[in-house]
Amino acid sequence: MRLTVRDLAHCRAGDKGHAVNISVIAYEPAGYERLRRELSEARVMAAFAALAEGPVTRYELPRLNALNFVIEHLKGGGVTATAALDIHGKSLSGLVLTIELQGNEPAAVDHGLTGSE
Amino acid sequence: MAKQSVRIGAGAGFASDRWEPAVELIEQGGIDYIVFECLAERTIARETLARRKDPNGGYNPRLEPRMTDVLPACVAHGVRLVTNQGAANPLGAARKTCDIAEASGLHDIRCAVLLGDDVTELIAARPGLRLLESGDPVESILPGLAAANAYLGADGVRDALATGAQVVITGRVADPSLFIGPMLFELGWSYDDYAMLAHASAAGHLLECAGQVTGGYFADPGPKDVPALARLGFPFADVSAAGAVIIGKVEAAGGRVDIATCTEQLLYEVHDPSAYITPDCVLDVTAIELHAVAKDRVRVTGARARPRTASYKVSIGYLDGYLGEGQLSYGGPNAVARARLAGEIVRERLKLRGLHYDELRIELIGVDSLHGPAADRPEPYEVRLRVVGRTRERRLAEEIGWEVEALYTNGPSGGAGESRQVRDVLAVQSVLLPRELVKTRIELVGPR
Repeated sequence: MRLTVRDLAHCRAGDKGHAVNISVIAYEPAGYERLRRELSEARVMAAFAALAEGPVTRYELPRLNALNFVIEHLKGGGVTATAALDIHGKSLSGLVLTIELQGNEPAAVDHGLTGSE
Repeated sequence: MAKQSVRIGAGAGFASDRWEPAVELIEQGGIDYIVFECLAERTIARETLARRKDPNGGYNPRLEPRMTDVLPACVAHGVRLVTNQGAANPLGAARKTCDIAEASGLHDIRCAVLLGDDVTELIAARPGLRLLESGDPVESILPGLAAANAYLGADGVRDALATGAQVVITGRVADPSLFIGPMLFELGWSYDDYAMLAHASAAGHLLECAGQVTGGYFADPGPKDVPALARLGFPFADVSAAGAVIIGKVEAAGGRVDIATCTEQLLYEVHDPSAYITPDCVLDVTAIELHAVAKDRVRVTGARARPRTASYKVSIGYLDGYLGEGQLSYGGPNAVARARLAGEIVRERLKLRGLHYDELRIELIGVDSLHGPAADRPEPYEVRLRVVGRTRERRLAEEIGWEVEALYTNGPSGGAGESRQVRDVLAVQSVLLPRELVKTRIELVGPR
């Protein structure tokens, strides 16, 4: 069974001009550790390839079990001038939730909920 | 005499927000202040254009019904009101508010109006300023200039409260600062006490979108259920003189306040979490911890801040052409293929007619309109074609909708439910302006 970000975390998107930030907040510390290992800037950039030029920057917030991704240069001029249906990028959290976690190590196949121990 | 703590409620998170939750907070929440945050990035520019047509307009279009319902409750419960509903005409909003008060039999309502955020003339007179988003000089957008407003800080709100007026009305003030003003005023903090400004800013940031911290913009049935969303309550913060912050909601209200909802809102619209720049300070949220201290009560600790920057952020709204749009739905077998064919017909028709657009998007709502194309998505039963073009010419923008509508009789089978529209593009970019150039002042407006 494939594991996605949604199995481990919840997300919220916020806009600011031509960039969007998307928080990825793990339900459990072990989920945070797994996301920190696997949900790289490159993985998120790949999911947004059709929507943004990038780059993607990732910030780690271990006390909140959260990662914060900033995705820059949304195509079409960003929140304030875009022809897109979702002018604020508010739906983009849903795209992050679909990203599949493939596992970088054998321990990761057990649904990830036990983390790195 | 400074208070030991103050309770501040959020009455609105955007221009068109509901206000029953605000009345509920005023009547049942035991709050000292209610703050209505009603200005998104483009709102002031839009209201500036509205004021060109009606010099008495230009403030929040929902101000009258909102104030009519909220003011009597504020007076009955001794709650002071702070709001940026003034938008492009804070004085006009204050006069209207006093009229509403009079009409409601409230005869002593005064409004303190914070002015000075409108820096349109300053910006127009300073060629060479660089736009933060595009990097171009500000002259590049001056031809369509609608409005330029500086994000003022909490000090102006504090000073407006010091007049004793029950209502404070502003134009552009940074969202958290609207909430920090009452804290500065009530708790006796210096505007240079960054330890306290850190806690205040964290609280203000959590409150500024109102229902977004009580379970709005959050629910995902199954993993993230929220009780009674139709009666979603708005939040309040208890802030102590020592900087302790607790976020909560009225017990009977719908929604939830917990670590999950607070974490989502804490990071909302935050880019570098160690440097969230406001007019009041540079907030660092990386050491913040959230503690569930009771049902629907979350304590916020660990906020830190560095001194405020030497400039104000100014957002500049400008007219930037038109968007023309047409939509048409297809359902049943092969709906996606028929809708795609319809979109290609419109593209070819526009080309055959020699109509060129700066940007042309053809997408299917239900397939790829939000997140772009992807290979492995299941095909939906019904979809909606959306064609949208950006252009400098209104006439060209209108042609998109007409071409989509013509698909009814000339396009693939079963096209249904056409809609079309043309709208002005109101774009926004930003510059930084040295603080000393921005002169704020306060005017009092009372019964006529």
